[in-house]
Amino acid sequence: MITVFIIVLGLVMIAAAVLAVQQKSLLSAVLLAGVISLLASILYLVLAAPDVAMTEAAIGSGLTTIVFLFALNKIRKQGKHD
Amino acid sequence: MIKKYAVLLLLGAFALMLLPFVTEVTPFEELSPVAQKYVKDGPDELGSANLVSSVIVTYRGLDTLGEVAVLFIAAAGVGFMLRRKGDVKKSLRREASGILRSGTVFLFPLVLLYGIYIFLHGHLTPGGGFQGGVVIASGIVLLLLADVSAKINGTVLQWIESLSGAVYVALGVLGIVLAAGFLDNRILPAGEFGRLLSAGAIPLIYSLIGLKVGAELVGIIDSMQKDEL
Amino acid sequence: MTLITILGFILIVIGIWGMLSQSNIIKIIIGFSIVDTGIHLVMVSIGYLKDRTAPILDEAVGKAEALARVVDPVPSALVLTAIVIGLAVTALMLAYAVKLHEMKGSLDIHDLKELKW
Repeated sequence: MITVFIIVLGLVMIAAAVLAVQQKSLLSAVLLAGVISLLASILYLVLAAPDVAMTEAAIGSGLTTIVFLFALNKIRKQGKHD
Repeated sequence: MIKKYAVLLLLGAFALMLLPFVTEVTPFEELSPVAQKYVKDGPDELGSANLVSSVIVTYRGLDTLGEVAVLFIAAAGVGFMLRRKGDVKKSLRREASGILRSGTVFLFPLVLLYGIYIFLHGHLTPGGGFQGGVVIASGIVLLLLADVSAKINGTVLQWIESLSGAVYVALGVLGIVLAAGFLDNRILPAGEFGRLLSAGAIPLIYSLIGLKVGAELVGIIDSMQKDEL
Repeated sequence: MTLITILGFILIVIGIWGMLSQSNIIKIIIGFSIVDTGIHLVMVSIGYLKDRTAPILDEAVGKAEALARVVDPVPSALVLTAIVIGLAVTALMLAYAVKLHEMKGSLDIHDLKELKW
C-alpha cells in the first residue's frame, strides 16, 4: 500500500520536475518547483522525519516560492521602466 | 545541436555513476555507532525528548552556530545587492483585496503565536528554532501582502538579530565555564523529562535561534519585495 | 526505502539537465532548487531504517526501547539546516539575477559575453 503511494507521488514529482524544466512560462515553472517541495515534505513524513517535513513544507513550498515571485515581480518592473 | 547531445551524454554518464549507489548498497539494519550513542545517552544526558533537537542544539551545536552565520552572510549579501538608492518610489502594487486584509487581521497574531509555540516546544515535539523562525517570517509575508504601504523597521530587525546572536554565543561560552564544553546545554537544571521547562538550555537556545532565523528571513524578504528602482 | 533514494537521484539528474540545457538564469536557479530537493531526499532516505519511527520519545517510544525503535537522527538534523541554507542561497542567487537584469536588461546567458574571447 505504502509502496504504491510512494510510486504515485514519485511519478507526479518527476512529471512536475520535467515540466518545470521544459516550461516556457517562468511563473508556472516556479509554482511547479513549489509543488515538488510540497510533495517531498509528504515523503519525509513517510521516512519518519517530521522535523524535516515541517521545514520543507514551510520553506521549500512557502518561502522559496514567495522569494521567487518577489524577484520575478522586481524583474518585470525593471522591464517596464526601461 | 551538438550542445544538446553533449548535455545528454553528460547526464547519461552521471546517471551511470549514481547507479551503484542504488543497486549495490544494502540498507542499514542498525543505527550507525554515532547515532547509537546519541539515541542511547541523549535522553538521560541532555533531557530532550526530541533527539533531532538534541543533535542540532547540543551535540552538533557548533555546526548550527556556523549555519546561522552562513544564513546571516547570505541575508547581508541579499541586502547589499538590492540596497536602496535614493528615495522610495510610490508603490506600483495593486491594493490588496478586502478578504486578504481582514483575514490578515485575524490570522497574523495566530501565525505569530504558532511560530513561538513551535520554537518553545522544540525539545518535545517536531519543530524548533528553524521551523518557528520560518513560520514567523511567513506571518510577516502575509502582513506585507495585505498592506501595500507596510514598511519593516530595519533598526528593530537588526537589534533582534544581533542581540539573539550575541546571547547565543554568550550561552555557548557559559557552557565552557559551567559545564563540559562550548554550547553544553547543562548550564540550567535538566528538569523533569518531557516537561516544557526541561532539557537545560535547549528551549532557550532554540528560541534565540528562532528569533535570529526569523529576523534574517524577514530581512531577505523585505529586501526582495521593496518597490524601488 | 530504496524507492525514495532512486526518486532523489532522478530529481538530481533532472535538475542538472535543467541547469545545463536552459539559458534563462531564473530557470537555472529553479534547476538548482530541484537538485537541492533531490539531495535532501537521498540523505533522509539513507538514514531511514525499516519499520522504525521518528526519533522523538514519548509514551509510545520509551527511553529503554529507543535504540531498537527509532531512525537515525543525524541525517534529519543535517538536512534540516541544509534546507534553511538552501533558501538563503537561492535568495542570494535571485538577488544577483535581479541586479544582472537591472544592468543588462536581459536574463539570457547568451547575452552575457564579457568573459568570452
